[in-house]
Amino acid sequence: MAVVTVGGAIVSLEAKELVYGAIGLAGSLFGVATLFFLLNAPYVAAFQLAVYIGAVAVLILFTVMLVRQEGWAKEVRPKSTTTVAGVIAAVAVILALTFAVLATDLSRYTIVANTATYVDVGRLISTGYAPVLEVLALVLAASIVGALALSRVDREGDAS
Amino acid sequence: MNSLSDFVVVSALLFGIGVYGLVTKRNAMRLLFAVELMINAANLNFVAFNQYLPYQEASNAVGQTVVLFSIALAAAEAAVILAIVVVAYRLHNDIDVSEMKTLEG
Repeated sequence: MAVVTVGGAIVSLEAKELVYGAIGLAGSLFGVATLFFLLNAPYVAAFQLAVYIGAVAVLILFTVMLVRQEGWAKEVRPKSTTTVAGVIAAVAVILALTFAVLATDLSRYTIVANTATYVDVGRLISTGYAPVLEVLALVLAASIVGALALSRVDREGDAS
Repeated sequence: MNSLSDFVVVSALLFGIGVYGLVTKRNAMRLLFAVELMINAANLNFVAFNQYLPYQEASNAVGQTVVLFSIALAAAEAAVILAIVVVAYRLHNDIDVSEMKTLEG
């Protein structure tokens, strides 16, 4: 599943067509969801599937396909210096993080026996983190209203 | 695929690919993809560390809870970015971020 995750990530950035890129992103998000399953966190995995694959990936895919116009597909080929700089930055980040991890003794830990079930997660959300949940609901509502207001098409022709 | 460092290395790979996308791409949709990849790398780290090294045995659900909130926030952020991209396309006929200089001082 790590291969699916990383491969999907590369496809999402390097595919020629933006639509294939969106599908690659969906594949990568699906890979992350299966990694959550492997980590014994089925609730987070189901949430990732519902929200990311079900909402975000489909939203991106529909936007790309509905608003398919010349300007979206146009991709300026980046200057080769930019590409080299990007590859160097990515490899530096990956190597630094990987060696930092491998230098520690993280690999000797095993997964704890009594990992949290969805009951524990639900209890935590509805007690200690209830204010966060409320604020998050407000943020979601505000962002949806903002998105609708931004993308509103004025059919009357008056200045908006 | 069953030790903590494996998951952290996969997360580092995802994050590195996201950095590469942010540096090289100029298409606004590709930048959105790159940001989503980096958010997912962070989420993966949260859950992995939570399951291997819980804060307390009694309440080891904090990492999962934080990731749930993070996923919801990322969804809101993606909706707003898509709306902004659509509006920018309507104004400029282009979603190349290096061409958007209206706000440049």
